[in-house]
Amino acid sequence: MKFGNKKKLALSVAVALAGIAAIAVSSWPSQAQSGADVLVIKNATILTVTKGTIKNGTVVIRNGKIAEVGANVQAPAGATVIDGTGMFVAPGTIDCHSHIAVEGGVNEGSVSDSSMANILDVLNPNDIDIYRDLAGGVTAANILHGSANAIGGQTIVIKLRWGLPAERLVFEGAMPGIKFALGENPKRSNNPVIPGQIRRYPATREGVEDVIRQSFTEAVEYKKQWDEYNRRKAAGESNLIPPRRDLRLDPLVEVLEGKRYVHSHCYRADEILMLLRVSKEFGFKVRTLQHVLEGYKVAKEMAEYGVGGSTFSDWWSYKLEAYDAIPYNLALMTQKGVIASVNSDDAEEATHLNQEAAKTIKYGGLSHDEAMKLFTINPAKQLGIENRVGSIEVGKDADLAIYNHDPLSVYAVVQKTIIDGKVYFDRQKDIAMRAENAKEKQALIEKERQASGAGRGGRGAQPQGPGRGPGSTIEDREE
Amino acid sequence: MRARGVRRILPALMAVACALVVWVVVASHHARADEPPYFAIKNARIVPVSGPPIASGTIVVSHGVIQAVGANVTVPPEARVIDGAGMTVYPGLIDAGTDVGIGAAAAPTAGGGGRGGGGGGRGATGATVPLSMGPEDRPATTPWENAADMLRSDDARIESWRSAGFTTALVTPRNGYFPGQAAVVDLGTAEHMENLVVKTPAALPINLQGGRGEYQGFPGALMGQLSYVRQVFIDAQWYTQAMQAYEAHPQGRERPAYDHTDVVISHALANKELVIWPAETDTQILRAVRMAPTLGARWALSGAQQGYMVPEAIAAANVPVFINVNWPVPAAGGGGGRGGGGGRGGEDTDTLRTLRFRDRAPSTPALLNKVGVKIAFSSGGAANPKDTLRNIAKSISAGLPADVALRALTLGAAEILGVSDRLGSIEPGKIANLVVTDGDIFADHTNIKYVFVDGRLYIPPPVVEPPAGGGRNGRGGGDTGADLTGTWTLSFTTEQGPDTATAVLQMAQDGSLSGSVSSQMGTAQITRGRLTGNSFQFSISMQIQGADTQVDFSGTVNGNQMTGTINVGGGFMIDFTGKKPNAGGEEVRQ
Repeated sequence: MKFGNKKKLALSVAVALAGIAAIAVSSWPSQAQSGADVLVIKNATILTVTKGTIKNGTVVIRNGKIAEVGANVQAPAGATVIDGTGMFVAPGTIDCHSHIAVEGGVNEGSVSDSSMANILDVLNPNDIDIYRDLAGGVTAANILHGSANAIGGQTIVIKLRWGLPAERLVFEGAMPGIKFALGENPKRSNNPVIPGQIRRYPATREGVEDVIRQSFTEAVEYKKQWDEYNRRKAAGESNLIPPRRDLRLDPLVEVLEGKRYVHSHCYRADEILMLLRVSKEFGFKVRTLQHVLEGYKVAKEMAEYGVGGSTFSDWWSYKLEAYDAIPYNLALMTQKGVIASVNSDDAEEATHLNQEAAKTIKYGGLSHDEAMKLFTINPAKQLGIENRVGSIEVGKDADLAIYNHDPLSVYAVVQKTIIDGKVYFDRQKDIAMRAENAKEKQALIEKERQASGAGRGGRGAQPQGPGRGPGSTIEDREE
Repeated sequence: MRARGVRRILPALMAVACALVVWVVVASHHARADEPPYFAIKNARIVPVSGPPIASGTIVVSHGVIQAVGANVTVPPEARVIDGAGMTVYPGLIDAGTDVGIGAAAAPTAGGGGRGGGGGGRGATGATVPLSMGPEDRPATTPWENAADMLRSDDARIESWRSAGFTTALVTPRNGYFPGQAAVVDLGTAEHMENLVVKTPAALPINLQGGRGEYQGFPGALMGQLSYVRQVFIDAQWYTQAMQAYEAHPQGRERPAYDHTDVVISHALANKELVIWPAETDTQILRAVRMAPTLGARWALSGAQQGYMVPEAIAAANVPVFINVNWPVPAAGGGGGRGGGGGRGGEDTDTLRTLRFRDRAPSTPALLNKVGVKIAFSSGGAANPKDTLRNIAKSISAGLPADVALRALTLGAAEILGVSDRLGSIEPGKIANLVVTDGDIFADHTNIKYVFVDGRLYIPPPVVEPPAGGGRNGRGGGDTGADLTGTWTLSFTTEQGPDTATAVLQMAQDGSLSGSVSSQMGTAQITRGRLTGNSFQFSISMQIQGADTQVDFSGTVNGNQMTGTINVGGGFMIDFTGKKPNAGGEEVRQ
């Protein structure tokens, strides 16, 4: 999370999407496809990202996967066809740093190591930001704990399957992660001390490093205890007292065993190098550096280590450690061989990551394809899901965004967003549904008004409509 | 289906249970020199719940127990006889989730109760209690406390609940993540409050949600709370296992560390105590269904107001549900229909989602019943128990069969709480908890004439009807003459010591409250509030540690004095007293 005022470059794009997000409505795919149904997008410009651009091409989607892509592909008979004339089809946006869809706070900020807290437990599928981000073409997001502590909570990658319950949001098979944070946020330097309250350790960058070392020292010891217990148990010893299971140390052991990614919030070059050193010492791997505003200073070291860099396009100076940020960061990291992505950290920013990525063409001279990668295949690689999403290739999940212009254009507005071959956002249907929702709202207000007028609380005053079944939860999406 | 099955085998069970129960109850019953040895209600319509209604019958009560029920029952000559002509007798109603009996009174408790080292940190007034730094500090955790030991005769709500027909409650401690164990308590009067306890411990409640901000001690965020609850159950299971291993072979190794929480929770697990998991929204319910089964405990859902969205998921979990019937209502001043006042026409801030919730919440009981879920009702913090019955009537309008509603309030609740062998129906041998009405219990104008609790007769005070044209009794405080309008000084004690706040209240004709509350934390507008009888509730929304937090005030008013509770969420409540210092005589209403 960012703290303080975020300052943005004048280039900030005036995005036409804003209107969409204002009144969001249900967008559950109405074509009610069965798994075997076929969806075809034809006559569109297809930006595969990894295999070039196909003019006037066709994408065939079968069972939620991309079945065929090309200029000379025929739509099978009986398929649902979307006419993509004048449209651009791109892989759905993947936001490597998001805090949407979280209930009850994104920071377990009470302690310096809150790795027992798990975003998976508090996913909120009713968060309207899911729908708003869908309207901006986002199809997957890495939902992170906040940056209040050196070791934050466990993280999870989701698909933005608006309307489905929490467990169905989870990106199946995606490696779970854990949030780390370095610098001003975990040392709480920008937060007032509450009277009568002891200031939380750490208060310095050295302290942040110490917390990480301390926790991993404990995790190593904890793992040893369990290994020893399991060894003796396997050897047939009875009456053993098992180690006490510790929900804080379990995920750190998973990190040590390579079963959980580390996504670390960071700003300054020195602390970036510190973390990479510490991780080598304990034998774990940092998967991504998040925000990493000074990544351009240590891009070579990052590339050598093999850590991804996920950053903003052009935010700077919103706090002291952000003063050395430059809008060339993404381009410079890319040119040094770092897998880089542009992230949002913010529900609104996520709705135009395509245009945020486009800024790298001006600041750093990236090519069109390189800029496209920053919000598609690169974040997919950072999250280890590149075999499933991030480009338009046969066999991959049909997670797509259809734009009315080239997605790197300031005029680009998302028309449809597709996940697993299902249309989860449709701009035309959204507009049509606003009137319906307004009507329903008025009717409910009127009903309440009458009920309160007709002697409040009395029984039998108003016949209640039959409650809706669980399937209808998806209709109940407005904020 | 299930209910019918139980009903079929009930007579057999009763035959076995009766002898035992009668003996237990009689033996524990204190002599009451001032009361006749027998009561008899004659010529009344009897709704036993365990069987078909009796059009005109007699009930004989003695020594706290129902002695006989039927159309042809001999009344002992020394009995005090109540002519029940035109009246209906129901089993006493059960409120399956309330803090009535242990609630707001004068005595302040320091802090949120038990936060801090070892969980015992009730901290002397004014002392700063160190913030919890992890699960090992057992924050706000006092599972060894028990509602049965916390009962207070000065909780005025015992009488108001009883007068509304509630003779029994699952009394639930309120403070903390593990606030203490709940007890089934009869809402009578007794020389010693403990004598009202029917079963203890009856359940192990958990509190979630809210919290005091993300930075004020572990756990601050919901995800921290959930991991904490999980860790406590893991610890308790570990403790059981470790102690077994240690006891079998104590020599030569370190003993497992004693931990009061582990001891109590491991006993609760061994005794298959019912763990109560709170969840109101569809997301919370689905989370409960996902997480609660991993605790290794028998569990029940409480709240479930959005159960109408996910009835099948609840049915699949195969757990009972204590439905909170304190249905959501529009905020004071209009709510969904805001703008009724004219000036604010068209300005509505309630979302479609909120409006749908208010519209459909009362359909939850019907929908859960339809898919076979065992239900009971809790008053859910309502200030007025009559509202609880009115809200159940709304659910009947929304499709819940009236007999199912009555069963959920009596025998159904007793079954879930494991006391159906002694409570919940009108049968010989059962505890004599009865409600005598002049009409259908769910009808709006029905009066409760007599209430029996443990065989003792109570006559509810007459209900004062408001002037014609107004709402029903108790609405708006007009009947009691209470007026909250004015400036109140609220006194309370937090972990930081004694503190005050100022509430500027404005009460409308219908009892709805508006105004503001000013404290150290700043000034916040009242978002909703109401006075009902002499009970009030109002809520403010304020930023606590950067998070929007709803703070609820509830209590009772008596002239220029009020007592009540401030609920800051996450199970943290602070008792307060209020005074209206400048109230000499009549407050001028604007």
